[in-house]
Amino acid sequence: MNILLAILVLGSLAAVFGALLGFASVRFKVDADPIVEQLDAILPQTQCGQCGYPGCKPYAQAVADGEAINKCAPGGEDTIKKIADLMGVEVLPIDESHVQGDAPKSNRPKVAFVIEEDCIGCTKCIQACPVDAIIGAAKQMHTIIIDECTGCDLCVAPCPVDCIEMRELPDTIHNWQWDLTSIPVKQLD
Amino acid sequence: MVESVIERITRGHFWDFHGGIHPPEQKVITASKPIKQLALPKQLIIPLQQHIGREGDLLVKIGDQVLKGQALTLSTNPMTVPIHAPTSGIISAIKMSVIAHPSGLSQLCIFLDVDGEDTWRDRVVCTDLETLSNNDIIEKIADAGIAGMGGAGFPTHIKANSKSDINILIINGAECEPYITADDLIMMEQSNAIVDGIKILDKLLSPAFILIAIEDNKPKAIKALQQATQDIEKMKVCVVPTKYPAGGEKQLIQILTGQEVTSGQLPIDAGIIMQNVATCFAINEAVRHDTPLIRRVVTVTGQALSKPQNVWALLGTPVNFLLEQCGVQAVENEKQPVIMGGPMMGFSVASELVPIVKTSNCILVPSRKEMPSAFEKESNEVECIRCGQCSDVCPSQLLPQELQWSAKAKDYPQLEKLNLSDCIDCGACAYVCPSQIPLVHYYRVAKAEIRQLQQLDLKAEKAKIRFEARKLRLEKEKIARQAKQKKAAAARKAAMNKATPEATGAKSAVAAALARVKARKAASQAGGVDSKNNATGSISSVDEPIDAPVDEQLSPVAAAIARAKAKKKLKQEAALLTPQSDVLAKETLAGEPEKKPAKAEKQINADDKKAKIAAAIAKAKAKNLNAASKPSASVAPPRASAAEKTESVQTSVEKPTNADDKKAKIAAAIAKAKSKALAKKAAQVSAETAELEKTSAVGDKVPAQVVQDNIVDSKNERTPAPTADKKAQIAAVIAKAKAKKKNKESSKIDSNVSHNDQDSV
Amino acid sequence: MAFWIASSPHNHNQTKTPNLMRLVIYAALPGVLAQWYFFGWGNLIHIALAMATALACEFTVLSLRKKPISHELFDGSALLTALLIGICLPALAPWWISVIGTMFAIVIVKQLYGGLGHNPFNPAMAGYVMLLVSFPLQMTLWQPPLSLIAVDLTFTNTLTTILTGFTVEGYSVEQIRTSIDGITMATPLDMLKTNTGLGLTVLESIENPIFGDNFALGWEWINAGFLVGGLFLIFKKAIAWQTPVSFLISLFICSFIGYSISPDSSASTMFHWFSGATMLGAFFILTDPVTGATSTKGRIIVGLLAGLLVYLIRTAGGYPDGVAFAILLCNMSAPLIDQYTRPRTYGHVKGDK
Repeated sequence: MNILLAILVLGSLAAVFGALLGFASVRFKVDADPIVEQLDAILPQTQCGQCGYPGCKPYAQAVADGEAINKCAPGGEDTIKKIADLMGVEVLPIDESHVQGDAPKSNRPKVAFVIEEDCIGCTKCIQACPVDAIIGAAKQMHTIIIDECTGCDLCVAPCPVDCIEMRELPDTIHNWQWDLTSIPVKQLD
Repeated sequence: MVESVIERITRGHFWDFHGGIHPPEQKVITASKPIKQLALPKQLIIPLQQHIGREGDLLVKIGDQVLKGQALTLSTNPMTVPIHAPTSGIISAIKMSVIAHPSGLSQLCIFLDVDGEDTWRDRVVCTDLETLSNNDIIEKIADAGIAGMGGAGFPTHIKANSKSDINILIINGAECEPYITADDLIMMEQSNAIVDGIKILDKLLSPAFILIAIEDNKPKAIKALQQATQDIEKMKVCVVPTKYPAGGEKQLIQILTGQEVTSGQLPIDAGIIMQNVATCFAINEAVRHDTPLIRRVVTVTGQALSKPQNVWALLGTPVNFLLEQCGVQAVENEKQPVIMGGPMMGFSVASELVPIVKTSNCILVPSRKEMPSAFEKESNEVECIRCGQCSDVCPSQLLPQELQWSAKAKDYPQLEKLNLSDCIDCGACAYVCPSQIPLVHYYRVAKAEIRQLQQLDLKAEKAKIRFEARKLRLEKEKIARQAKQKKAAAARKAAMNKATPEATGAKSAVAAALARVKARKAASQAGGVDSKNNATGSISSVDEPIDAPVDEQLSPVAAAIARAKAKKKLKQEAALLTPQSDVLAKETLAGEPEKKPAKAEKQINADDKKAKIAAAIAKAKAKNLNAASKPSASVAPPRASAAEKTESVQTSVEKPTNADDKKAKIAAAIAKAKSKALAKKAAQVSAETAELEKTSAVGDKVPAQVVQDNIVDSKNERTPAPTADKKAQIAAVIAKAKAKKKNKESSKIDSNVSHNDQDSV
Repeated sequence: MAFWIASSPHNHNQTKTPNLMRLVIYAALPGVLAQWYFFGWGNLIHIALAMATALACEFTVLSLRKKPISHELFDGSALLTALLIGICLPALAPWWISVIGTMFAIVIVKQLYGGLGHNPFNPAMAGYVMLLVSFPLQMTLWQPPLSLIAVDLTFTNTLTTILTGFTVEGYSVEQIRTSIDGITMATPLDMLKTNTGLGLTVLESIENPIFGDNFALGWEWINAGFLVGGLFLIFKKAIAWQTPVSFLISLFICSFIGYSISPDSSASTMFHWFSGATMLGAFFILTDPVTGATSTKGRIIVGLLAGLLVYLIRTAGGYPDGVAFAILLCNMSAPLIDQYTRPRTYGHVKGDK
């Protein structure tokens, strides 16, 4: 009799808690973004392909599938850290083999710049640009839409006459970072 | 609610804001002297942008004679306010110059050489305000270029044109920053004009109440305004306790009404508008006397000056002129801080030529004794001991010490959680910090970085959208291309079968190619219009018909000739290298001979292309040389990469584009394909003997030179024959491709060879 | 004329952390003098020892950490820590007690956590608790006030006792602590605890001469001294008033409740205020900004918590005084308290963080 009672009590308890848990899991369900979307949001969207994938979304997908997290050169350490946080893995140093050209020394964003007198209008850079930030027609001088350029570098290599350079955006009062030490003090006497 | 606010105000009871400090006021230095009229400076430097917003479009050019009050820029945007010539003179330059901004950066400025005449433009004095509609007044304010003169520089006509119901209009005469007495003096001397300005604002905004807030350390100004407003029921002069930063917009609203401006909103959302007293004066000047904003009161003060006082300074007056007028006593060999604005929120000016702008209310030149911390070369910062004095004085009730840690750690999410954006940069925290941490500076840097990150996020979002759009477009094009390709392949097959019905497989292709080459040779020999028909006939299987303009009818023929010649040369060379690969070359070339005429035709159009192409060749050569001199680490099979490239070239060739640039693309593709073919051969050969490769390197050099000779020749002739022109271009393309390919190859085989290569080229 | 670029604000009220520390040290003087008057030279000697050790340790660690020595060595924080340790120690404790305690406080509690501003615990209290736990015997060598002991504790006698354990005449510490009537004496708090444990009522206990005329002979004056110093600091705005006030109120309420429930076994409220390290803790240790809460509300909560803990430890704990433990526990909870007592920022609705 006692055993029966115990079983009954424990069983009903289990049932109650089970129902509670089940209710909670439905009621308080957290709608998280799919992991790929979250990863894609972290990536810098330069679409540069330095990671070996054709764009940021494919790399996000690959990371979600277990690819190394340290292949995003434009994102740098910050991005790796964020991905590591999101994926719950160790932070890795950036994979040098995926960094094209010199590692960015300053955090100032760079954009492509067409040296217009040298441009022969070959349209190769237009085809290379992942975000359609270059305008121009065949035999016509091309130019970069600075606001759209992600600084991915992809247009530099295809240019047959090397007329594309990556240039740092100039300091203006709108993007000035309060670096007082670099102010040139003008003396006039 | 409102009633009780007014009741409280009439009783002289005000609310208080959290924190605040009482730095030494030092207003006595200048408060007792009247505002001085200055002589005209020799030159004015007028920045195009003197307010928040955008710069207007220039109306004048160098050398123009301008009259006093003449507009120099045009406002085309609501956020733009124009600037005016503060006096008559000649525009001597329009160039970048250091502006009144903490960064010391340069912006476009108009340099006005003053002629000393001070001739006004025609003015229309308005005697009766009632004749003007509200829109007229707003227009007058906008045309006069008035922007908030308290410091922020928000365009006044936008504030004055607000459509929402305004409950309280606050006129800010608190002037809480130490040292500054510009508003104090203008209230003393121009109280009636200010009240007239307020009346104009009253007409525009029709608020329920108008409160004029003055700190209790300005008794004369209070008296003057009380007298000026005594018979106006609506206006109340509110004497608020002196405490820094009582003159901050949000703080003053809290003092007067007990309301807080919700974070991220503007006071106008709570039915409150605030204007500075100097702005009211400027409004009166603009509306009644048709005088644009060309001068303002500036407090020139500090113990390093022998004659500190308030002056009427024309906008654009360089700082050094003001300092001279007020008797600056510079100490030799010492860097003297010159601060524009007050000691709490002002910034150091980087150059003596920094001009007075609409928002500059003070030039402060402190002596070392009165403001030692302004002279300190390096920060005396020590560790934060969490004493909490900063949070005690913060008028926004932030936690400066926690913000500081997060700012140093660049923990931006935490900074936003701690409401860094609600910091008003008042500097009270840094003023009291016993560890002398430059807190405000840390916040400013962090704010700038957060702003940049936000912009980057926006940009990334935009880039993503554009990338997706592009992917979609390419996908569509690919499908269309495939369809077209299929059709073309079918057509080609049909044509081939017709031509050589007995042949099958590769053999027939080779035969076809040979036949085509022969046909083209014949065409080139024949020349003339007739042969053109032939040529076109022989390439009737082209994907896209050639739509040559009538006046260019000759050119395709010439092009064909040129091409054939070039090809011959190429072939000869190829034969020299590897006679047995001749067929192979032809085979590859046969892939897209149809498209060449198109290219030729296109290139004819550009007469001045020669020079460019020469340059391009030179560049390409240099580039390849660079590539070659870098011994390639990867020993990837050159053939594989070549094959890969050929594929990509083909896809780009077949890409159907309706646009004009198609031809150019095809031309490029051909050049590439050619080089590829060459590369293939070269790879075969050079894999066996590096020696032979060297010879080819030397051999290739010749055509390149020939090309250049040709170019020089055709340049010398003022009327270049289309043929020569063409030849040069095609040869150039070939040379470029060859050089590129060859260098690549040789670099892969042996770095020694590449060295030779370099020598030979 | 060359221009000098700096960031605003360009003015400063010229307060400096070292000045603040020095002010706190000066404010402790009345209490220290009272201590000297009632208990002799012992504490002064310990303070001197601790200060010397503190400077030596600070110098060593700063050089190892390659920090600007001149800048940080004399910022006063190490001296303040040493002063507090010296004040807390039993006057006749051996010399190595103060040396070890100070070393622990400076090297481990302060510098190893990152130096001034980064230590989670008050170094002086952590050092004191370490000593109390590690050397319970030496740390209970409290002597009765000078007026109650037979041996004449001159400066030399005290010095030799601290250094060797015996006075010049050869009395041991135990002998010094034994009063004229042959009973070993302890602090009033200790005595009260022991007696209550023995079943005596408070009224019976305070018959003992050690309790003096008021609450606790000597101790009441020391506490009064620290109270005066603390009020001075509040007047100078060197410390926040919220912490000591809420602490004292909390202790008052707790002891009042205890006293009204069972007057026989509970000491009076004033006894709690004026014995042990109450005032020292309230004004000099709990107000240490580095380890305390920073928000106004947080400070009040910390004070209330500390008062409750002190009362609980004194009445129910194993140690006679609980200020040090209570303060360490409050140090631990301060960051959490800060987290939940963030003030509402201007323009934000409460809860809309």
